[in-house]
Order: sequence, then structure tokens, then C-alpha cells
Amino acid sequence: MMEDLAMHMIEIIMNSIHANSRNISIRILDSKLQNTIRMTIQDDGKGMSEEFVKKVTDPFTTSRTTRSVGMGLAFMKGLTEQCAGDFTIESTLGVGTTLTASVQKDHIDTPPMGNIGSMMMQCIQADENIDFVLEYKTDSNEFLFRTVDIREQLEGVSMLEPSILLWIRSYINEGIEQAKEEMR
Amino acid sequence: MKSLEDLKKMREEALKRVEMREGDKDYRVVVGMATCGIAAGARPVLNRLVEETAEKSYNCTITQTGCIGMCVYEPIVEVYGKDGEHTTYVHVNPEKASEILAEHIGKGHVIDEYTVNAVQNQGV
Ligand SMILES: Nc1ncnc2c1ncn2[C@@H]1O[C@H](COP(=O)(O)OP(=O)(O)O)[C@@H](O)[C@H]1O
Ligand SMILES: [Mg+2]
Repeated sequence: MMEDLAMHMIEIIMNSIHANSRNISIRILDSKLQNTIRMTIQDDGKGMSEEFVKKVTDPFTTSRTTRSVGMGLAFMKGLTEQCAGDFTIESTLGVGTTLTASVQKDHIDTPPMGNIGSMMMQCIQADENIDFVLEYKTDSNEFLFRTVDIREQLEGVSMLEPSILLWIRSYINEGIEQAKEEMR
Repeated sequence: MKSLEDLKKMREEALKRVEMREGDKDYRVVVGMATCGIAAGARPVLNRLVEETAEKSYNCTITQTGCIGMCVYEPIVEVYGKDGEHTTYVHVNPEKASEILAEHIGKGHVIDEYTVNAVQNQGV
């Protein structure tokens, strides 16, 4: 069902969107040297109390155990445990949330990265007014995408124009491929 | 290799399309995409809708939303008209998505058999 990392991330990003964030940054470290993939999603949404964070990340104590779906945090946490990684949430009510999830890059259960361009396209389609930042880092290279830069070029034309959404998707995927190439 | 400069040209083209339509998009197409929707294949539907709307210049914008609350009917696609009327299509796949664009957005014809009402009446 959640066959790639991008799908796990989109669940987390949707949480940030539903928490009324205005700024959401997604940072991905894809490191061969450290043998790790680390995903950090930071927002300035409504935040959660410490107690609440404990509850939502534990699928057995939550009141939502009747639901087999829509447990994005528990799924992500489970994935990091299965793939020898780490999972942390730092959140402050009224300030925002930073979630960090890592997996061992060459772990047999670590899913592929998935389509990050498509993930970002979906983010924009969920709320085009949020400022999204995507940073993809390898050991030697970095690709940076910011919706503010796109909006500046478009001067009032919506990012939801289908041709522009598709351009964004391939712009991001090209940028990531290039960053990976120089890693080899 | 793409550069941000490309957007200048795309902006011009988008403005020209708006001018030809004499105003805003007539239709809004919304795809429900909670985890249930993704699991039920909403993602390929979303991609198909955007790709085909770009290619054929259909008169609509495509957005996505969280769970619409009818998980058994996912993937769900809602089409909102200019006058606020809306149609809910259920169990949509990429092929049906193309048909919805061609018939509903292209010609203004609702495809009754794919709507939630038709499916509910069949007792599915
Ligand atoms: N970034 C966030 N900011 C504020 N609240 C959040 C955030 N992420 C998750 N939450 C809260 O945690 C709950 C559980 O999230 P999740 O496990 O994804 O399940 P669901 O989204 O289906 O409720 C959410 O309903 C929300 O109340
Ligand atoms: Mg969620």
C-alpha cells in the first residue's frame, strides 16, 4: 500500500497542511557515506502537546485503533523501526512541528524513494498558497526547490495551471536525478 | 535541462489561454486523497487528470483534498461547475478519468453511470 518513501512523506505533509501551516519544508538527506536516508518535515502549523504526540505515534494506545487507515504517523514510525532507522517528533503548540524519520539506505526492507516530483505536485494541488521548500541532499550535491521562486516567475498566474504543474514535476525529478548522478 | 526561466514562456501561454476563454476556469476537479484514496489508486487518477488537462487544454483546474469520508467509494473525483453545482464520481480509474474530462468538462455531459447516485442505487 505504501510502497515508497514519497507516499509515506505525503501522509506526513498532509498532516502539516491540515494543521494550517503557511510554510512547510521537506529536507531529504540521501547519503551513501552515512548509509542513511533522512527525511525531515518541518511546519509552522498548530503543533501538538507532548502527551498528544505520544498517543498518536503509538498505534496501540490511540483511540483510533478501529481505523486500519489514516495512521500516517504510526506507519512512518513503524517503517523506521523496520528499516533500522530513527523517528522523532518535536512539536510545540502554536509554533509548529518538526518530524524526522530515517532509514538505513541499504536495508533490505527500505522502500525506493518514489516519485518526489509527483509528491510535490500533489502538495501544491492540496494548497497552492503554502510556501513549500524541498531540499534534496546527497554526499556531494544538493537540489533546492522553493514555491516562492516559482510564484515570482509566474507573476500572478496560478501554479495550478496543469502545464505548470507538469513542468514542476519534471523540473524536480530532473534536479534530483542530477544530484544523484554526481554522487556516483 | 529545465531552468526557472522556462516559466516566463509558460506564463505567457497560460495568459493567452485565459484570454481565449475570456476569464477563469469553468470547472474545478477535486480528487479525494486520504490514505484510503491513495491505497485505492487515487494517485494515478490525479496524474492522468493533470496530464490530460494540460495536453488537451480542458477548461478546469485539478486539485486534491483529504478524505471525503466515503472510503468505500474511493477513488472519488468531484467536479464543481461555475454555478456551484457539483457531481461526485466514484470508483474512478485513469480510463474513467479521461472519459470524465472528455464528456463532462469537454462537452458538459454528466456521465450518470459513474456517479455516486448511480452506484448507490445499484446497491454496490
Ligand atoms: N504536523 C502536525 N501538526 C499538528 N498536528 C498534527 C501534525 N501531524 C499530525 N498531527 C495530529 O496527529 C493526528 C494523527 O495523525 P496521523 O497519524 O497522520 O493520522 P490522521 O491524519 O489520519 O489523523 C492528526 O489527526 C493530527 O491531529
Ligand atoms: Mg495523517
